[in-house]
Amino acid sequence: MRGLLLVTRRELGAYLNGYWGYLIVSILLALQGLFFNAFALGSSARVSADVLEDFFYFSFGFTVAAAVLLTMRLVAEERQTGTIVLIDSSPLSDWQVVGGKYLSAVVVITAMLVLSGYMPALIFVNGKVSLGHIFSGYLGVLLAGSATCAIGTFTSSITRYQIVAAILGGVIVVTLILAWLLGRVTEAPLDDIWSYMSLFDRHFQPFMRGRINLEDVVFYLSVTFVFLMLSTRLMSARRWR
Amino acid sequence: MIEVSSLTRYYGSHAAVSDVSFTIADHEIVGFLGLNGAGKSTTLKVLAGLLLPSSGSVKINGADVVQAPDSMRSQIGFLPEDTPLYTDMRVEDFVAYCGQLKGLSSAEVDARMDDVLRRCGLTARRQQVISELSHGFRKRVGIAQAIIHGPKLVILDEPISGLDPKQIREIREVIVGLKDSCTVLISSHILSEISQTCDRILVLNDGRLVAEGTEDELAARSSGGSRLELEIRGSRAAIDEALASFPEAGGVTVVGELDGVVSLRLSLADDRRESLVAHIVHAGLGLRRLDEDAGELEDIFLNITSAGAA
Repeated sequence: MRGLLLVTRRELGAYLNGYWGYLIVSILLALQGLFFNAFALGSSARVSADVLEDFFYFSFGFTVAAAVLLTMRLVAEERQTGTIVLIDSSPLSDWQVVGGKYLSAVVVITAMLVLSGYMPALIFVNGKVSLGHIFSGYLGVLLAGSATCAIGTFTSSITRYQIVAAILGGVIVVTLILAWLLGRVTEAPLDDIWSYMSLFDRHFQPFMRGRINLEDVVFYLSVTFVFLMLSTRLMSARRWR
Repeated sequence: MIEVSSLTRYYGSHAAVSDVSFTIADHEIVGFLGLNGAGKSTTLKVLAGLLLPSSGSVKINGADVVQAPDSMRSQIGFLPEDTPLYTDMRVEDFVAYCGQLKGLSSAEVDARMDDVLRRCGLTARRQQVISELSHGFRKRVGIAQAIIHGPKLVILDEPISGLDPKQIREIREVIVGLKDSCTVLISSHILSEISQTCDRILVLNDGRLVAEGTEDELAARSSGGSRLELEIRGSRAAIDEALASFPEAGGVTVVGELDGVVSLRLSLADDRRESLVAHIVHAGLGLRRLDEDAGELEDIFLNITSAGAA
């Protein structure tokens, strides 16, 4: 645990000392604010719950995009600059390294979600929504963001090029988001599998509407676990190549 | 004690290192020589715990690279040719982070920090951001991160590459100073550096260890025996005749002649200097000087590696 937190601290330092973390978070938060104003609030009167639902709809997209862009550097940059040697020659386990890097990205994503809190707060103050609905939506966004961070950590472990890591991460995430479409055009049993894999349609919409299903929580945690395990395997395999 | 036994490392079907064995005693500075592709970097990476061996064993104070990798890695400090640095960090923070990566607690890092920074000449730069440092100081930071945890073995890959003469001298002093506390393994293409810094030299060629020993031992081996420098008073013809009638002498090379004194180099199959002296004197020649010719490490290295290739 100590090693994991050590890596997390270092990665958070890299986000704070560099401009990349600030740039991604500030641009996406600004865009989220604009989308919230233009589409969620709209120009006509709307039910508060619908506005909040739309907020989480956009929040999902921006959080997932932020996760892909924030994680692309995690391992790829270390390999590009050669600093991976410091980690590889240390007694830290691959799990601690991957976990620490992943956790740092989740912390930044969480900070981004906290900073977006003024939008649901406005709805809460000026409209009529429950705290439970807000909590449920944020839990869903956090789980989806965490799962995407795991996917990004995995793709960053594959290559030394950050842009390639981002593209690969984007492809996996978009495939999972569009999995419900594939579920419609394929036959059994693939249709059920694709539908279950849907990152947004099947598993996020309940959170967006204020419902927390154990099945959806398990899905996001499973995606997170699988991709972190794959990242760990990739890190370990490098010693044998 | 570092024990490498029958180390072999394949990349696919290609054996980058094949059946390499050597031992390094505590507090030795050992130089690692080899042409490009000789398997030097692969061996260093296995020693540093970055790669696992295909077969054979590597042990540092009994800790095996495969069976106890964590224990082994905590006993090694590694500085690759391209110094790995987080350039956004301050010197002290970076060195502390590396110490903690190697398993030290914050208190242990604090206790060692002043000494390590002093030995690497970084005390005045400890609060400086690494991106602002010169190449030479970055190398020093690289050495500091390699020794902060008090390793048993420090591996330095091309530690002076890209440095100016003043920086080379300073880094050399730092490296020699490490000998008090740990064993040092240096890989360098700059043979004079190996010659000046190392107690012993290992020569790799085509993935195999082809020679090891002190520079003098390698010189003797490369010339097939003792290599001598002589100054003899007498005519060239008489000297040639005398040496020709001494069958153990070979490879005679005249390097100069001044006022009837001929300077030459030759090699002896065995160390029979006394017999040679008696033979020259008996031939009526005046022996003015006889000295061991250490030879240039570059020549020795090329002789050994070309002999290995043949």
